[in-house]
Amino acid sequence: MSEMLYARDAYGQALIELGGKNKEIVALDADLSGSTRTAGFGKKFPRRFFDFGVAEQNMMGVAAGLASCGKIPFVSTFAIFGSGRAWDQVRNTICYNKFNVKIVVTHAGITVGPDGSSHQAIGDIALMRAIANMTIIVPCDAPETKEAICACAEYQGPVYVRLGRPKVPTLAKKDKFKIGRARILREGKDISIIACGMMLKQALDAAEVLEKEGLSARVVNMHTIRPLDKKAILECARLTKRIVTCEEHLLSGGLGSAVASVLVENIPTPVAMIGIRDRFGQSGSPEDLIKEYHLSTDDVLQACRRLL
Amino acid sequence: MPPVKELEKKAKRIRRLIIKMLEKAGSGHPGGSLSSADILTCLYFAVMRHKPENPRWPQRDRFQMSKGHCCPLWYAVLTEAGYFPKKELWTLRNLGSILQGHPDWRTPGVDVASGSLGQGLSVAIGMVLAGRLDKLPYRVYCLLGDGEIQEGQIWEAAMAAAHYRCDNLCAILDYNGYQIDGRVKDIMNVEPLRDKWQAFGWHTINIDGHDIAQILAAFEQAKAVKDKPTIIIAKTIKGKGVSFMENVVDFHGRAPTQEEAKKALEELS
Repeated sequence: MSEMLYARDAYGQALIELGGKNKEIVALDADLSGSTRTAGFGKKFPRRFFDFGVAEQNMMGVAAGLASCGKIPFVSTFAIFGSGRAWDQVRNTICYNKFNVKIVVTHAGITVGPDGSSHQAIGDIALMRAIANMTIIVPCDAPETKEAICACAEYQGPVYVRLGRPKVPTLAKKDKFKIGRARILREGKDISIIACGMMLKQALDAAEVLEKEGLSARVVNMHTIRPLDKKAILECARLTKRIVTCEEHLLSGGLGSAVASVLVENIPTPVAMIGIRDRFGQSGSPEDLIKEYHLSTDDVLQACRRLL
Repeated sequence: MPPVKELEKKAKRIRRLIIKMLEKAGSGHPGGSLSSADILTCLYFAVMRHKPENPRWPQRDRFQMSKGHCCPLWYAVLTEAGYFPKKELWTLRNLGSILQGHPDWRTPGVDVASGSLGQGLSVAIGMVLAGRLDKLPYRVYCLLGDGEIQEGQIWEAAMAAAHYRCDNLCAILDYNGYQIDGRVKDIMNVEPLRDKWQAFGWHTINIDGHDIAQILAAFEQAKAVKDKPTIIIAKTIKGKGVSFMENVVDFHGRAPTQEEAKKALEELS
């Protein structure tokens, strides 16, 4: 079993490292710095850390003002608030100005678990996809989170980085992380599974099972939802002719719909989508919720079998 | 500092430009542009340190127009100050213009876009905090509308500005008493204003927002305030300077017709 780590721990550590190298980096939080892990940065660089209390809209506006003066604000809260509560501020005051603000949210998706629906951001990717200029990254594990945070500190412009709450397994990756370039985690010729975030684990597990049945699945880590790696998607279409997408998100407006759009416009290809279908979340353990919302390895396998 | 008489003349010129550009554009917001014209004239021609030839001069005092719909005023002031050629005014709201219907980055002198109300005060706090980190002594000014402060984010920002002791932040409330649907006190009362802002930890100054000497004195007073932000509550008249626009709610968001513009310009001559 690969190592289980919190992606948000990796975020907190990366932020401290970056803060030591670049004094323009500042961190902002809205009363969740312990959970989002910005607290460590605050302890190390108290002058560059600002807590705004339970007031996300103001926090986003302040981040824009800081960025207008050359600062690089990392803004953190839970995904549900960072995307929804302050959407207008993110759209009109951060993205429209193309400000260099990094919104790094945690507790995304259904696996927030027992806190229930009010805290489960399952439409945040769609919300961010509806804003031009916004780069959207969904890292799959702790090391990739660190790579993504470092990459977005180098990148000029607004970025939304989506992290979950629970520990996630560390996955084997060969190539270097690059914004907008998908990572092939496994080669295969019969079907492609394009996934992001914690769904990569289910995708890889499904590929293992299929291999035992004599079928080879290509597993693609689509960590960047925008700019989407169209080349990688079309390569999958050419190589395997069947594609399954997996995301811990509503099917409306998420990774699956983004991938499908690329395919329909270029190489129409049969697609099966794993994701949440027009439902709110609810309380439960992450494991139970993964089953209830059809995000399990079995669900990925069934989707593959429908196409094979 | 230019004498009061000169600033009064300048404000009149700016009001004329507002009328002309709105008539040409065929849409826009004259009421609030005219009500805050004296305030903005004082800021740009007597109070703020800025360099029109170098809009991004790091030491410049910042101005954020939170009530973005009053950008015709801002554009008139910026062109008078020399940020861009006057001929640009006649392209207001046209496709490809550097002068959008609400302020944005296309306009030299505009740092942060606005238009969705209630967000400028937060932006201003960000500018204050950045200046503090960079040890730059600039001041930050933010123009608010009285209807605008019905937005909840304003009060989040009011709390934060006091919490972070933003004493180089000076907000100005253009208290003209009207919003699109009618009188502010009828639509959603915002009083008692002085008590509210003081309760949120702000220094308050009440003035007549059309009295140049009072405006200048208020900005001077604000500069001396330590450890807390200041808000100048400026009582103004919506549509000020054009008799048939004054206190007429219809002119919140309607451009003058050719006929009306002609009459208005006669009054402002």
